[in-house]
Amino acid sequence: MAFISSDSLSRTYDAIVVGSGAGGGQSAYTLSMAGASVLMLEAGRRYDPLRETPMFQTPDMAPLGGVSTPDKPFGFYDATAGGGWTVPGEPYVQTSQEDTGRFDWWRARMLGGRTNHWGRISLRDGPYDFKPRSRDGLGVDWPIAYEDVAPYYDKVERLVGVYGSNEHLENTPDSPPGCLLPPPKPLISDLLVAKRAATLGIPVIAGHRAVLTQSLDVARSPRLLHPGDETAQRILSEDMKQRAACIWATPCGRGCAIRANYQSPTVHLPPALRTGKLDIVTDAMVHEITLAPNGRATGVLFVDRKTGQQRRANARVVVLAASACETARLLLNSKSPQFPNGLANSSGTVGRYLMDTVGSSVSGQVPLLESLPPINEDGASGGHMYVPWWLYKEQLAGGLGFARGYHIEFGGGRRMPDVDTAVDLGAVSAGSYGQRFKQEARRYYGSFVHFAGRGEMIPNEKSYCEIDPTVRDKWGIPVLRFHWAWSEHERRQAVHMQNTFAAIIQAMGGRVLGKVETRGEAAISPGGSIIHEVGGARMGSDPKTSVTNSWGQTWDVSNLFVSDGAVFVSNADKNPTLTIMALAWRTADHILQRLRRREL
Amino acid sequence: MDRRTTLQWMLAASASVPALMRTATGSTTVSAVPTPGYGVDPPLMAPYQSGQLWPLLLSEAEKRTATVLCDTLIPADHASPSASEVGVVAFIDEWVSAPYPEQLRDRPLVRQGLEWIDAEARRDFKQSFADLEEANRARICDRICDYDRAALADREAARFFARFLVLTAAGFYSTPVGRKDLGYIGNVALASFEGPPPELIRKLGLDQ
Repeated sequence: MAFISSDSLSRTYDAIVVGSGAGGGQSAYTLSMAGASVLMLEAGRRYDPLRETPMFQTPDMAPLGGVSTPDKPFGFYDATAGGGWTVPGEPYVQTSQEDTGRFDWWRARMLGGRTNHWGRISLRDGPYDFKPRSRDGLGVDWPIAYEDVAPYYDKVERLVGVYGSNEHLENTPDSPPGCLLPPPKPLISDLLVAKRAATLGIPVIAGHRAVLTQSLDVARSPRLLHPGDETAQRILSEDMKQRAACIWATPCGRGCAIRANYQSPTVHLPPALRTGKLDIVTDAMVHEITLAPNGRATGVLFVDRKTGQQRRANARVVVLAASACETARLLLNSKSPQFPNGLANSSGTVGRYLMDTVGSSVSGQVPLLESLPPINEDGASGGHMYVPWWLYKEQLAGGLGFARGYHIEFGGGRRMPDVDTAVDLGAVSAGSYGQRFKQEARRYYGSFVHFAGRGEMIPNEKSYCEIDPTVRDKWGIPVLRFHWAWSEHERRQAVHMQNTFAAIIQAMGGRVLGKVETRGEAAISPGGSIIHEVGGARMGSDPKTSVTNSWGQTWDVSNLFVSDGAVFVSNADKNPTLTIMALAWRTADHILQRLRRREL
Repeated sequence: MDRRTTLQWMLAASASVPALMRTATGSTTVSAVPTPGYGVDPPLMAPYQSGQLWPLLLSEAEKRTATVLCDTLIPADHASPSASEVGVVAFIDEWVSAPYPEQLRDRPLVRQGLEWIDAEARRDFKQSFADLEEANRARICDRICDYDRAALADREAARFFARFLVLTAAGFYSTPVGRKDLGYIGNVALASFEGPPPELIRKLGLDQ
């Protein structure tokens, strides 16, 4: 079993997994490593990071210096293939074009989805994050608590490899010994940020990213992750040995040919394929979940994107991990006489309570960092340090004017020069050209710092997706229409970010480049632009107000599960990928138990 | 969805659609813009050459002006050659000829700017910009090198100059020569990452 074509699907699998990213990859891994037969259906093309990653290519080898374009929005060498804010032949609809009323939808049409290009930032949601309503009266509590998910965070960290440190900070969970890899040493700019931010009472600690700063714990982790299962242990142990540690070069966003960071096709899928239990069909655009007369899911219908042929696949369990919005679309498009408003939608909440992350950024230039000697600061290519939210008490006391927190991602240093470097240099050298410009470039290069806030959005009634009544994609599948609104909590939070970043830059003795936005509407990035879409099929304890129970099992269809960001009830400032994986593992364990008990 | 719909859409798939289209319900459809660019899934491994992906638009006369202007902005010195010597004119030609929105905005700015600067040279010094001696080139450039200080009538030219400087710097510092000039020494595999040297940390007072 392995990669197969869409016309060779005759058998009934234990499970179909729709999607191959963080949720799909983890689901397929957990299910197949335990011996369940799995069919993974991915809408995008087959993708092999070992052969296709442009590791050491430099900007001069790319068109336009590798700058971002509508075809490659994160730059030419970004790993995303066949995706972006638009996908050819696959439109979507926005009810507003305003920056503050718009949801821009990012899709990656490739094996591994968005895990190929993501920032690798891997933060645990904390105890408050699962019970936000209990804490401040806003939003909704999850039906599970941190303690329910913690063992799965442990497992995921051990499996994929996450660097970080334990700092015993409020709502910023520690990991048990042996889970985290050591963080990389700070850059010069990190040390300066840490020292000066401390004078403002802002803590700067080691970042948490899914990058192997050293080899994984091959001696212990396979036994801890698959107790009593020698086959799974052997497969994982062999695969872990194939993953190299970071070589401190090349941007993670291009993917990693030596498998030193987490992306589904280099971490989840290779051992899952080695079990012989996983089949994968790529270019399989699933558009409908099929039902038996007794109301159980029997499988899915999909279009083979290469041929346009309609195909069917069958399984005892269907797991949706197509991305939050694509999962909602699939449920809403699966209409039947039994479910006229879409499958698993008796609550009417499918597509509802869609969330992204609040994003805002400020850059600065710092004289102390000018004219430093040439040192190699490529490092792990992403944040070695970050700022966790630090004002929990002030916020709860009502002193901030907004209810939820944010963390700060920042970066500086002597990065590989590119078009952005030239833009930075142009911004600080007005009036100079010729020999003087060359000297100023040498002086200023490496003296820029960039701060980005990532904040919690509270779910609201005005942010949701639904099926557009008229527009269809090129296969005739009805598409999503997005509605979006921020609340005053998010707008004020974004302004707080702006002021904080400016204060840190000033505390570093630097100057802010551009303007510090004091209006929330201008400070906040458009919905969807941080690409942390979650919600749309939230879990809960009441079938009238949620789509799934605490196991990701839909209330309406007992053998249909959701294992991506769609089940999120809230969207803490912590980037969602690690939590998606932890919940997917937990749901897969639950599915395995019930399959063994013949309940599914 | 039925099979006929599928086939109709397969046939229509190659037709171009606008990026944003009003729907019957008053919403906006967001579609991919078909461009003659490199597409959403271009080969990434092999290097690209200027002119390989789309036709280059700059005339010989424009390139002659651009060459001299590039080298006025980034001239040769003890540490590195001039911008034009490392292919920056070809980079700018590829940039202003590209079919993407940012580059399409730069196209008229750069071409009109090159035309403007040459016309100024001919008016003031009766020579093409490319043939001017350095002092006369500087007279024109000094007028427009700082947007905030430029005369109102020269503002558009100053906007061109600032953008042309960024493009020249982008082309120059993206090359091996430019990386070396700035002192970038990364993009090589390391067995370990040791962080900044302790003496540098001490020098900046970051050791306590």
